[in-house]
Amino acid sequence: MTQLQPSSPASANETGAFLEVRNLSVKFPTDDGLVSAVNGMDFSLERGQTLGIVGESGSGKSVTSQALMGLLKGTSAQVTGQALFQGKDLVTLPESRMRQLRGRNIGMIFQDPLSALHPFFTVGEQIAEAYLVHNTASKKQARAAAVDMLGRVGIPSPEQRYDEYPHHFSGGMRQRAMIAMALICEPELLIADEPTTALDVTVQAQILDLMSELQQETNSALILITHDLGVVAEVCDSVLVMYGGQCVESGPVDEIFYDTQHPYTLGLLKSMPTLNSSARRLNPIPGQPPSLLDLPKGCIFSARCDYAALAGDGVCASTRPGLVVEGGHGTRCHLDRRQILTLRNTR
Amino acid sequence: MDTQAILHVQNLQKHFPIKGGLFSPKGSKRVKAVDGVSFSLARGQTLGLVGESGCGKSTTGRMVARLMDPTGGRIVIDGVDISQLGGRELYNFRRKVQMIFQDPFASLNPRQTVGTAIAAPMLAQKINPSGGMKNRVKELLEQVGLKPEHYNRFPHEFSGGQRQRVGIARAISLNPSVIVCDEPVSALDVSVQAQVVNLLQEIQRDTGVAYIFIAHDLSVVRHISHDVAVMYLGKIVERGPRDELFHDPKHPYTKALLSAVPLPDPNAARLQQKIRLRGDLPSPANPPSGCVFRTRCPLFSTLGEEQQQRCITEIPAPASTAAPACHHSGMAAAALADVQ
Amino acid sequence: MTRFIFRRAGSLILLLVTVSFITFTLFQLGPADPASAACGQECTPERITEARVALGMDHPFLIQYLDYMRGLVSPRMIGAPGAESICQWPCLGKSFQTNENVSDIIARSLPYTLSIAVGALVLWTISGVGLGLLAALRKGSATDKFIVGAASVGVSLPIPVTGLFLLLVFVNQLHLLPFTTNEINGAFGPHGPWAWVLNYFLPWVALAVLFSAAYIRVTRTNMIETFSEDFIRTARAKGLAPRIVTFKHGVRAGITPVVTMLGMDIGLLLGGAVLTEQIFSVPGLGFTAVRAAISGDLPVTMAITMLAAFFVIVANVAVDLAYAAIDPRVRLQ
Ligand SMILES: Nc1ncnc2c1ncn2[C@@H]1O[C@H](COP(=O)(O)OP(=O)(O)OP(=O)(O)O)[C@@H](O)[C@H]1O
Ligand SMILES: Nc1ncnc2c1ncn2[C@@H]1O[C@H](COP(=O)(O)OP(=O)(O)O)[C@@H](O)[C@H]1O
Ligand code: SF4
Ligand code: SF4
Ligand SMILES: [Mg+2]
Ligand SMILES: [Mg+2]
Repeated sequence: MTQLQPSSPASANETGAFLEVRNLSVKFPTDDGLVSAVNGMDFSLERGQTLGIVGESGSGKSVTSQALMGLLKGTSAQVTGQALFQGKDLVTLPESRMRQLRGRNIGMIFQDPLSALHPFFTVGEQIAEAYLVHNTASKKQARAAAVDMLGRVGIPSPEQRYDEYPHHFSGGMRQRAMIAMALICEPELLIADEPTTALDVTVQAQILDLMSELQQETNSALILITHDLGVVAEVCDSVLVMYGGQCVESGPVDEIFYDTQHPYTLGLLKSMPTLNSSARRLNPIPGQPPSLLDLPKGCIFSARCDYAALAGDGVCASTRPGLVVEGGHGTRCHLDRRQILTLRNTR
Repeated sequence: MDTQAILHVQNLQKHFPIKGGLFSPKGSKRVKAVDGVSFSLARGQTLGLVGESGCGKSTTGRMVARLMDPTGGRIVIDGVDISQLGGRELYNFRRKVQMIFQDPFASLNPRQTVGTAIAAPMLAQKINPSGGMKNRVKELLEQVGLKPEHYNRFPHEFSGGQRQRVGIARAISLNPSVIVCDEPVSALDVSVQAQVVNLLQEIQRDTGVAYIFIAHDLSVVRHISHDVAVMYLGKIVERGPRDELFHDPKHPYTKALLSAVPLPDPNAARLQQKIRLRGDLPSPANPPSGCVFRTRCPLFSTLGEEQQQRCITEIPAPASTAAPACHHSGMAAAALADVQ
Repeated sequence: MTRFIFRRAGSLILLLVTVSFITFTLFQLGPADPASAACGQECTPERITEARVALGMDHPFLIQYLDYMRGLVSPRMIGAPGAESICQWPCLGKSFQTNENVSDIIARSLPYTLSIAVGALVLWTISGVGLGLLAALRKGSATDKFIVGAASVGVSLPIPVTGLFLLLVFVNQLHLLPFTTNEINGAFGPHGPWAWVLNYFLPWVALAVLFSAAYIRVTRTNMIETFSEDFIRTARAKGLAPRIVTFKHGVRAGITPVVTMLGMDIGLLLGGAVLTEQIFSVPGLGFTAVRAAISGDLPVTMAITMLAAFFVIVANVAVDLAYAAIDPRVRLQ
């Protein structure tokens, strides 16, 4: 299986990519068998960039982010491959070293801000705690830092809000508080796992604006995980489409939307109603995502792919295609680009 | 259109008593979850109901299905006001309105086969289909894109999309005139969501059933609805035919809501005029005076003092198909272009 | 807050009244005749009548009850006309059997029961919560399986079985511990705390084995659930040390059900004490209550029953306050 990378593995360390993930896989032993949640992810990211990871539920988005955060260490999960963050491999880094990176160099925001905040501590205490772990400071200084951060994420009268509990906050304010907590040590990498999925569109717009603003201020890198292609189009520089724990297509945002290469991405875009769509019939992708307990031998998407017959010789069912990258745009399909282009236009 | 309307809702209200303190009497304070909602719906049409979480969409839907008693107002279906029905009459009415929920799993008994679950409403209404109950259920299964052999399966053996199909089969089993769909596709992934949306549209084409379609995803609502009503804090602020409302929204809230929807098209997203609402939804227990939207209204700050006073003191007339619930919507277009 | 305390005090009084009334009624309906019991072997009908008067049982039922209740708040005279004696407030009556003041009997027995209860409570809470937490942290390991297995055995061992077994092994066979003696009834008596611990160790273990099994299970289940909560993941994502994640963030959130259980079990403890005191022949409240009930000694039975009800309610109030202290979401307005 050939894995053509823009920066070949040997040169990655020398060029010093900010984050370079190579062949990352995660498997969970369960009672029913081995769940292959992530199956060989490759991507890289530079400071100041926003990478969107999209995919249906269960495609391995959250597991990928947890593996990067080292949150799977000490669990039964089997993590293999490499994730080089500023030259350090997050996969093999011992928990004690990883802990120093968490919160300080890599921050994380979760989907449901109510359950992600501890119900028994005030919002301020929780933010100050994040500051205190990584800074030698007095309680008073930590409080001042937390109040300042609450103000920066747009919470009115932060001095008073510091002493309130999460259940006193609205959904949007809770997510702002989570952002304050994740950013208080100004990490260089921020991973946001569906940060706006639980929020209303109007609040989602506020939160996305806020994240972009803060990212520009600190020139950090952002991994934005979502299942909403609209959110991706709005905020991301590059996109990675996941299916069955694999990256099936990746590249700059405009290319993913306007020069779609993979049949699955194509299917996703076609099945979405848009604000401008007339009352045409939607084109769903038939069938269900594959079981992660028993992935197909060939292309993971083959069972649902309209184009599988066109690749010829049953190659889709027998051989798993590798990720082929050309000019920064990667796709994992046996069809070549010209075939895709004609198909896109005829269908 | 009103003449052929199958459903007519007038000034519908639902006020919940707030649980009082230990000694303060219950009911001294109330949440106006739904406060004067009016709309009508014609046979074979879909009304989309949109708005932020907690604005009263589900409460409205549940009252129309009479799963909840209205505090006030009228719900007229086929010429009969059902808002005050009880006992036998309510039981007879039940077959006319059915409901589909966001999480069909929660409304299915895990120990009951799918066949039994679909037959349940017919048994409850003592309906004996010609050809037998089992055949009717199998017919329904096929109608919603499942297979007759699914009859003896249990809910946990189905995926989210398939369970939603079971919920739909159950809802159409009584040939209702109206189905209230409360976020039926919100928990589904886009690819599966499209399957269910298509199914709902097919059923409507075949049976002429009318839908009240509640969703927070505006693109789906736009796709499936003929008319759309936008709710804010228990009131409808604007309603009208879909294309009109989406192309030329008149109420400042509708404008803001539409502009907040992220477009799955990078170029369009870059060009999109963005009106950002500040702050959060006020508590429905303690709504602002006058216009409920005034605390977040982007138009408000551009108004002169006299006009602002009107927003603060005077409740706008309820939205009709002709005009939104805003004193100054005429100025919205020009003013909001500068606001962003 | 004041409102809360008033309300609780109100329900406390209401419950005590109800409990006392029910006990009183049951007594009237029961087969025991305290008068004939009090007058002994060579009893004549006249002497029984005399005894009835002396015990105040010649009055109608309701008057007896009201008299009794009045005694709780003011002193009253007790005894046959002519031989009356004053019973100081709070008057719980005099024993039909020994004519002793019931409050004295209680004051004498209570320290024994407290000795057993306090020690057992501490022992089972620490062992139950500690082992449950350990099992949760090592979920799926051999340690976990062993603890869970031991707990399911422990929960099915009745106190008489454990108690007798312990006595047989540690006292009779191994001579590691002394027989329990009635001379020690507090940690700060003349014999010192160590003697107290040795003296009550076996009763504590007998009770703790039964109770801690349930605590292990509840703690384990709740801690496992809590450790999978999103806020624990957040705590780890901040880079906090595992120790802080487990104890500051985890235990505080996962411990609330244990607090509820403690509240309920403190009430149950007296029931456990009855058996334990019998087995280890400790003259505590349980022991006294059983004897009083058998011999129809109404005032003693009443007093102990009401004391038990009192403890149950106080424990419940304590649980509510503890809850409010732990969880800000239930804080009282
Ligand atoms: N049983 C109840 N008692 C008190 N208040 C209630 C009750 N049910 C709903 N409410 C309140 O009524 C308002 C409207 O609720 P409703 O469920 O209709 O909102 P919704 O528009 O469906 O929101 P969502 O998009 O989150 O489903 C909310 O403020 C809610 O808190
Ligand atoms: N701890 C775990 N044990 C077993 N399977 C897991 C575990 N965590 C996640 N998975 C499985 O891994 C797959 C990917 O999950 P996830 O990354 O959460 O998906 P998403 O893309 O929706 O974020 C899912 O099938 C999920 O059930
Ligand atoms: S490899 Fe074959 S099955 Fe897979 S996406 Fe390409 S055409 Fe479809
Ligand atoms: S009435 Fe006033 S506050 Fe309300 S929407 Fe119109 S302009 Fe805004
Ligand atoms: Mg996820
Ligand atoms: Mg709802």
